[in-house]
Amino acid sequence: MQLVQATGLTKTFSGVRAVDDVSLTVARGEVVGFLGPNGAGKSTTMKMLTGFLTPDAGTASIAGEDVFRRPLQARARLGYLPEGAPAYGDMSVGDFLVFIGRMRGLTGVRLDERLAEMVERVNLEGVWNRSIDALSKGFKRRVGIAQALIHDPDVLILDEPTDGLDPNQKHDMRELIRSIAAGKAIVVSTHILEEVEATCSRVVIIAEGRVVADDTPAALLAKASGPSTLRVSVASGAAAAVGPRLKTLRPDAAIEELEPLDGAVRFLLRFGEDAADPAALARDLAAAGIAVEEIGLYRPSLESVFRAVTGTRPH
Amino acid sequence: MHASLRSVALVFSREFRAYFATPLAAVFLAVFLALSAGMTFFVGGFFERGQADLGSFFAWHPWLFLILMPAIGMRLWAEERRSGVIELLMTLPVRTTELVIGKFLAGWAFTALALALTTPLWLVVLYLGSPDNGVIAASYFGSWLMAGALLAIAACISALTRNQVIAFIGAAILSFLLVMAGFDLVLSALRGWAPGFVVDLVQSLSFLLNFDRLTRGVLEAQTVFLFVSMIVLALWINVQIVDAKKAA
Repeated sequence: MQLVQATGLTKTFSGVRAVDDVSLTVARGEVVGFLGPNGAGKSTTMKMLTGFLTPDAGTASIAGEDVFRRPLQARARLGYLPEGAPAYGDMSVGDFLVFIGRMRGLTGVRLDERLAEMVERVNLEGVWNRSIDALSKGFKRRVGIAQALIHDPDVLILDEPTDGLDPNQKHDMRELIRSIAAGKAIVVSTHILEEVEATCSRVVIIAEGRVVADDTPAALLAKASGPSTLRVSVASGAAAAVGPRLKTLRPDAAIEELEPLDGAVRFLLRFGEDAADPAALARDLAAAGIAVEEIGLYRPSLESVFRAVTGTRPH
Repeated sequence: MHASLRSVALVFSREFRAYFATPLAAVFLAVFLALSAGMTFFVGGFFERGQADLGSFFAWHPWLFLILMPAIGMRLWAEERRSGVIELLMTLPVRTTELVIGKFLAGWAFTALALALTTPLWLVVLYLGSPDNGVIAASYFGSWLMAGALLAIAACISALTRNQVIAFIGAAILSFLLVMAGFDLVLSALRGWAPGFVVDLVQSLSFLLNFDRLTRGVLEAQTVFLFVSMIVLALWINVQIVDAKKAA
């Protein structure tokens, strides 16, 4: 069974179509990265999945329960981290989690167990009695995750869980998401491609309110870069000489010279359907006496993935 | 405990405690006590009246509540919307009605606390003479009911905005109209064009006139019904507003 199932979600805000016919399914064990530039409709879609916003058209269900017809049953199976991890700032971390836990129907020993697990899993030991207003961004986000996880839901919807965190905190958050992924269906929105690669089993790209791609991260990157593309960096002074040599060494490759970056010129060699072999090219270049700074499989940036799937630039 | 009652109780206790999380509660209670006592003794002429009753105390309540109830109610929903916590609340497995009732009851209980803190005045009149305790009890009850109606209206307005100041001003204006509904200021604005029964209806809504009857010891079913139905109606509208915002 699909734990998250949305069909044809559409939402218009004062004449502007924020979300346009978005459909999405997420199975147990999947972590779906919801990727898109700011304002693409990620948050709006997530708010409709949780039932916080009513769509103009379309349906959504969580663990088989219709979000709009049986909201209480659907919400019971759902954990949600809204954008910015809002919480009652005047409460202590402990009081807040107890409140949310009780509101979710947990009592007695079961509540204590879940609270203890949250402390351990999300690492809230040192801040249990601190007021939420006094916490750092990273801890606030953790409290947000803990309140979403407290009832051990089947479905987790996390809106920008790493936004505004420093690199270490981002890393911790990704580890956390990976560690809870088994047995749940998780939807994570982000605008950072690396994050999707690190944590997600599937990527859904949304742009201007529409789903423009729904695939595995690897397939998506391949789509943006072509089946096999090598990148060769040389010192910019040598670029003029290297271009023709590359052409003679690999006559079957389409060669593109990128703009210089940090004193190096990068060439892209597209091999079409043939497998590219960076090691062989490196040997050949060395044999031809060409000093190469770097050679490897070309990994496109988020920007080029976007261009490839949407035909537009992000932002 | 029934699940709905349980969530009402949880929201109630969180909200009630939230009043004391900031100095706001203390400031509010101090202002209420100072104003109600000041009005009673200095403006209302408590001693000059030569009567052992609390008439000069209760007479000020509609005017005090006009400002104080919007102050208690303004944060109930506006603050949730501003901070984004509304998204958490509305995705918990509880009904909107349970949230609305829990929040309202918290504010109303806080009002009861404020009123309870004025009971030393009752002791004063008991010491000075032999007041009609029935009238005083009815007046307290009536005052609390009227405060409830104004609070429910303030909560309702609070659900319309994310700005507490706007919520306060909106609720204060609406409260003023309801308190004054029996007076020419409001009625003359209607008389020119509204049919007679509308004018009568508006007049019968007047909080001031209804409260006045209560403080004279006339605990009429009609007056109690008015305040209770105002509370129920305002809370019902509150639920509709919160739910309608989901579709906005």
